[in-house]
Amino acid sequence: MIEGFTALYIFMLSAFTGYEVISRVPVILHTPLMSGSNFVHGIVLVGAMIALGHAEGTLELAIGFFAVALAAGNAVGGYVATVRMLEMFQIRKDRSKGATA
Amino acid sequence: MILVIDIVYFLTAAVFIIGLKQMSSPVTAHRGVVWAGIGMLVATLATFGAPDIELGSNINLWLIVVAIATGSAVAWISAKKVAMTDMPQMIAMYNGMGGGAAAAIAAVELVKLSSPETANLDHGLVVQVLAVLGAVIGSVSFSGSAVAFAKLQGLMKKTLRLPAHQLINIALFIAVCVTGYWVATGSPVSAEHLLWFFVLAVVLGVMVTLPIGGADMPVVISLFNALTGLAVAFEGFVLDNAAMIIAGTVVGSSGTLLTQLMAKAMNRPISNVLFSSFGSDGGAAAEEAIEGSMKEIQANDAAIMMAYASKVIIVPGYGMAVAQAQHKLKEMAELLEERGVTVKYAIHPVAGRMPGHMNVLLAEAGVDYDQIFDLDEINADFATADVALVIGANDVVNPVARSNPDSPIYGMPILNADKAMNTIVIKRGQGSGFSGIENHLFYADNTRMLYGDGQKAVAGLIAGIKQL
Repeated sequence: MIEGFTALYIFMLSAFTGYEVISRVPVILHTPLMSGSNFVHGIVLVGAMIALGHAEGTLELAIGFFAVALAAGNAVGGYVATVRMLEMFQIRKDRSKGATA
Repeated sequence: MILVIDIVYFLTAAVFIIGLKQMSSPVTAHRGVVWAGIGMLVATLATFGAPDIELGSNINLWLIVVAIATGSAVAWISAKKVAMTDMPQMIAMYNGMGGGAAAAIAAVELVKLSSPETANLDHGLVVQVLAVLGAVIGSVSFSGSAVAFAKLQGLMKKTLRLPAHQLINIALFIAVCVTGYWVATGSPVSAEHLLWFFVLAVVLGVMVTLPIGGADMPVVISLFNALTGLAVAFEGFVLDNAAMIIAGTVVGSSGTLLTQLMAKAMNRPISNVLFSSFGSDGGAAAEEAIEGSMKEIQANDAAIMMAYASKVIIVPGYGMAVAQAQHKLKEMAELLEERGVTVKYAIHPVAGRMPGHMNVLLAEAGVDYDQIFDLDEINADFATADVALVIGANDVVNPVARSNPDSPIYGMPILNADKAMNTIVIKRGQGSGFSGIENHLFYADNTRMLYGDGQKAVAGLIAGIKQL
């Protein structure tokens, strides 16, 4: 499906996109953003599911299980941690809104 | 079905990029992560319809469900329960899990190539090489993040350095390269080589992270985050999965940029962080003799000092986070403001254990944005401040970074708390900071030490101000 140079093009364009998307982030959001990008690579879950899906034999199944469990941990943990951090900014915004109203 | 899945992956990749973009502004950040979360959920559900999974026996399907449930439950509970102050090590842990997952995917694919029945499912050399690269990077990120977690959680001694550590690492790296080469070119892959390859890669991750001091941890965690992204992208190539390639690469490049920003804030090149540890080579010998002594102050006196000041700058550090003193600090700042004192917060880029860590905690306490200042914005202000209140910060206000070229932190930009008319330092005890370097600020003539737990000390200050 994705072959040779097409894959390289995807790789290159994604690399520049990542760089551009982040380049103007304020310092206060560095930690939430790191946590957020940590969540985004939780998409490895999809790959882990496929790997376990076509695993054969005990060894492959065991490693695949390990992969899916870890990947799910990455995705869920990353999401909850990021949301918890960002909610703090949210609460504060609501409060200041309430104060001006 | 395959078309549907492809469309879902395509949209997921788009949503991730938009989500990350939104995460770079405080107003839209929350929306951004929720969007990305929905994308992740839909992509996961759609994957259940993938041909690889449909073709698999029922056991595989059940294993997937159980594994997702187990991993999610553990992560959900730990992420909900953890205190905000411990967030950095949790990020390290979740990141390590992602790296481990990427490495395990490679392991499944490579094990397939090692068994005689399935070895004819040749992916081709390029794919095999990419799988191996992803496996190395993922394994290093996995074990390295685990060490980072253990260090930040206080389960492990801060720095550990074997004799000739550098040489051992180089030897390990070469060994990983050699076994990796065997695995990448093997047809069929030798199971023994494969085992050694993974063991060596995991050990390499541990050995690289062991000598790195706590002050450098944010940079290291960010670097591992970028590496995990890259590993995910490589495994995406192996599995022909565009969503993984795009998301992984975007995280890889943005994470690299973030790492550079952090390393720059500490004025240390990344290579320096990785290959030399704080205070290792002659760091102790470079220690200057310190003149003067630490002078203690009582909470009431410190309260009076601040209450009659016109400008107070608060410098929070990791100690504030540990003591959960941010709410008390905000309360104290409000009392001071009622008395007409200008209160500002000065945040060093690497205060705490991660850039922006202090901002998150202060936001939790409800401190206003416009009271919080970066290093560059506020450093000139210290000269006109009556009091600089340093709470739980140490290395980021150590003037040695300016004056002593032999010091391991020399050249790191610091907050000029020593330039304020008076400096009050809230500190648990007389020990030195995370880097293990003595702080000359504490011995300066205009510095007073207020010993105690951050929260109790600030409570004492509040009581003192209320009495006036």
